[in-house]
Amino acid sequence: MIKLTIDGRLVEVPKGSSILDAARIANIKIPTLCYHEDQAVKANCRICVVDVEGRPGLQASCATPAEEGMVIHTCSPRVIRARKQIMELILSRHPAKCLTCEKNGSCELQTIARELNLTKSPDYTTDIRKSVIDASSPSIVRDMSKCIICGRCIEACSKVQEINVMGRENRGYHTMVVPPYGKFLADTACVNCGQCVQVCPSGALTIHDDTNQFGDALMAGRHTIVQVAPSVRINIAEALGEEPGTVSTGRLVSALKILGFEKVFDSDFSADLTIMEEGSELLYRLKNGGTLPMFTSCCPGWIKYLETFAPDLRPHLSTCKSPMEMFGPLIKTYFAEKAGIDPKDICSIAIMPCTAKKFECRRREMNASGERDVDFVLTVEETARMIQAAGIDFKNLEETPFDNPFGTGSGAGLIFGATGGVMEAALRTVYELVTGKTLEKLDFEAVRGFDGWKEASVDLNGTVVKVAIVHGLGNARKLIEKVRAGEADYHFVEIMACPGGCIGGGGNAPRTWAKMAKRIEAVYEAEKELPIRKSHENPFIKQIYAEYLGEPLGEKSHALLHTHYVDRHDLLTT
Amino acid sequence: MEEVKVLTKNCGKINPESAEEYLAVGGYTGLKKALSMSGQEIIDTLKAAGLRGRGGAGFPTYRKIQFTYDTQADVKYVVCNADEGEPGTNKDRILLSQDPLKIIEGMTIVAKAIGAHVGYIYLRGEYSYIRETLYAAMRSAEALGYLGKDILGSGFDFEVRLASGAGAYVCGEETALFESIEGRRGEPRFRPPFPSIQGLFGKPTVLNNVETLANIGPIFAFGPDWFRSMGTEGSPGTKLFTVIGNVNKRGIYEFPMGINLKDLIYDCCGGIEDGHALKAVQAGGASGTYINADQIDMILDIDQVSDAGGRLGCGTIIVIDDTNCIVDIVCNNAFFFKEESCGKCTPCREGTTRLYEFVNDIAQGRGSMGTLRKIDTLTSVMNDASLCGLGRSATVPVTSAIRNFYDDFIRHIDRDYCEHCRTAGSV
Repeated sequence: MIKLTIDGRLVEVPKGSSILDAARIANIKIPTLCYHEDQAVKANCRICVVDVEGRPGLQASCATPAEEGMVIHTCSPRVIRARKQIMELILSRHPAKCLTCEKNGSCELQTIARELNLTKSPDYTTDIRKSVIDASSPSIVRDMSKCIICGRCIEACSKVQEINVMGRENRGYHTMVVPPYGKFLADTACVNCGQCVQVCPSGALTIHDDTNQFGDALMAGRHTIVQVAPSVRINIAEALGEEPGTVSTGRLVSALKILGFEKVFDSDFSADLTIMEEGSELLYRLKNGGTLPMFTSCCPGWIKYLETFAPDLRPHLSTCKSPMEMFGPLIKTYFAEKAGIDPKDICSIAIMPCTAKKFECRRREMNASGERDVDFVLTVEETARMIQAAGIDFKNLEETPFDNPFGTGSGAGLIFGATGGVMEAALRTVYELVTGKTLEKLDFEAVRGFDGWKEASVDLNGTVVKVAIVHGLGNARKLIEKVRAGEADYHFVEIMACPGGCIGGGGNAPRTWAKMAKRIEAVYEAEKELPIRKSHENPFIKQIYAEYLGEPLGEKSHALLHTHYVDRHDLLTT
Repeated sequence: MEEVKVLTKNCGKINPESAEEYLAVGGYTGLKKALSMSGQEIIDTLKAAGLRGRGGAGFPTYRKIQFTYDTQADVKYVVCNADEGEPGTNKDRILLSQDPLKIIEGMTIVAKAIGAHVGYIYLRGEYSYIRETLYAAMRSAEALGYLGKDILGSGFDFEVRLASGAGAYVCGEETALFESIEGRRGEPRFRPPFPSIQGLFGKPTVLNNVETLANIGPIFAFGPDWFRSMGTEGSPGTKLFTVIGNVNKRGIYEFPMGINLKDLIYDCCGGIEDGHALKAVQAGGASGTYINADQIDMILDIDQVSDAGGRLGCGTIIVIDDTNCIVDIVCNNAFFFKEESCGKCTPCREGTTRLYEFVNDIAQGRGSMGTLRKIDTLTSVMNDASLCGLGRSATVPVTSAIRNFYDDFIRHIDRDYCEHCRTAGSV
């Protein structure tokens, strides 16, 4: 431990702490912009400077190690003057469009500017960065006039996801964060994961807003049928200002009903369906010498990643659609028939923790029902904004159950939201289907948690099945390299593009690993309380196979629930 | 005034690509001695000589090497900073193109001290024509056993690689230089970690200027006492001065540290051109201070220039006569920094351009006393908060010019008459 003095207070902190860490331990607030607790220190915004006695100039507190006996001033006039000037310099390049900005109220830049109390007229003439708004991507909107060149998105894209879509271009005053060669985002290898949006401290990177489409559908008199992904119930309350990990399933359904959604279905149901199909596919591959390891195909970010960076490995991908895209055609066929609605009058909406789902629903092959299976996707953040705009007191809402016939999902479906969840759900079902025995312990601890690379093996009547779980595309790249080198002797691998799985998806409220810990805890807590915890025991799953689909991998399943993949390798070269 | 030629002794006299000729004029005497010494002995010799960095900061050379020597690592590097980017400075170019083996000898001695087996010369992008000379010199040294595997049978291996910049001034900053060698955008890193702990490719690295390295061979050849017999107590040895601007004899001169600036301009360089009067001198390159004619009676050594509020820097002396408008010159200087900011940190990225705008406003007759106040605040903050030296250096010419030529600025602000700007029709 080392002792130092900050603003006249003696502080004791562990060795290796930065001045910023030390100040936070002492509850002394230092503003930060480029600093992000989950990322490497960048020290380029300089808003966190402090005065260290005996050192020339001011020091960036994020990058300066705390040392024994240091005397630090975090709010001397000199420090405050520097911070105000730095903020003035930033704001002189930033459009003052806060009131109509998507980040209004949740913008780190706005918050710090407010806290710095910039009351005098600025020293600098306004000179906003010239940039066109890039709305080419269905998932992410880039408005680089709002960018403050902090470099967080570059780190998320290059160091975490290892896709390298964004980098700095030009020099000095003209520096911009852009995809290479002036490309639009849609023309790059971007997989739409939205991890850059998660870390952007200003309104430069935002989620492509589709909220208006809902109002249009309602006013056009269409039947608005919505499905809600497993992790949305974990994260929506947080996006509305409650504590991370507050599960709000019933309140969410109530809110959606108030907003005017006609039917609210649970994607946990289609997650169960995915397990039936994907589990059967795995067993089929094991039995008939299919391509192994088989990769999961629930994650649209991962799918586009593989199609772009390793199209040769497409045979490894399960042909199963994601739960969302399995649900889409069922709503427009099975449900439409049952309810006596013309599928053309249905507007199928999905509420997802994910920005890449917006891309997935636009894929050409996702029209098994003859229409676009899912008309549009709303993220958790957009849904939260809709709830706010409607003036709904979310905190005090009554609980409402999901609508049937797609209102019941098992615990196995719910845990799809966390990394390892798909694998655990699959193992529960596959084990019981193959061995005919009842699992004594449902919790597969080895596949849980935030380790970037998890492995486990299960004995299925003498056949040992080796599985792995990776999340974050940086790890996916390693997996691809291992498979190509012939070193991946797994049978089944779960891959999620976002670190931590869907609860860390790009469509949620901004993530940190500290929040993620609470979210994942909530997932498994909520799962424990569910009456059904295995996909194949879901009575509505049994019912839909009996009434409509026939059997897993059957003809109807094949037509509605399975898909194929395309080669997008040219995105890397053109 | 007689020049004292230590560093430039061989320049123009030998074939720079021939190790034989270098050997014939006494080259490699230092290396031969150093090869039999331990790392600590080499460092102690440099400490006794009192050699200080010639790139600008004047940091004691032995300490840099000592820090790196003390760091345990399997791989270490020696890097020669040949990214001579300071406007108007040519001293390193002369050494690189006319006596490169002296630099490589210095690098080899430093490498021996810290146990490095690979060195890099980071050559300024505009100096690409020197590449072939450097390669030829290295091949020649290798053929004679002074470079490469098992140097002179001592069992010590050392190879030198060339890396080239693409014209960015900021790549002369050591960590930006490492980034550039590693193939990334030339942007400085924050410190700590210092290069002696994590430098090039994350390994402990000693980085020295060309001129510093050229001093090392002679120090070992003739001994620290000989070195200390030249120059001043605090800054022993000789220094290369690039004198440019409105003097009669522009050029590169080598003198012992501690000569008088006035003597350098009037005695050595033959005074001001065409009988004009001296207006100002900028000492230390583009980031140096502007001093007026009354202040030029100044001893040129590292400490005394610093004490006078300036910086000896790389030893570039820009002489400005009274036909020039100082505000115009400072404006041009600010433009240089605006163009050369890398864009990494906010104060420099935004500040250099804003500083140029303010100075330009004054130069164009649009300024006010408020502009001077804004310059004062902005330069203070750039000085306090910039990530690397560039953002701090950019303020020096502006603040020093305002301090030493206040009347000229006021004249522009008052839209009074400026006889030198009148052709521009702006004031």
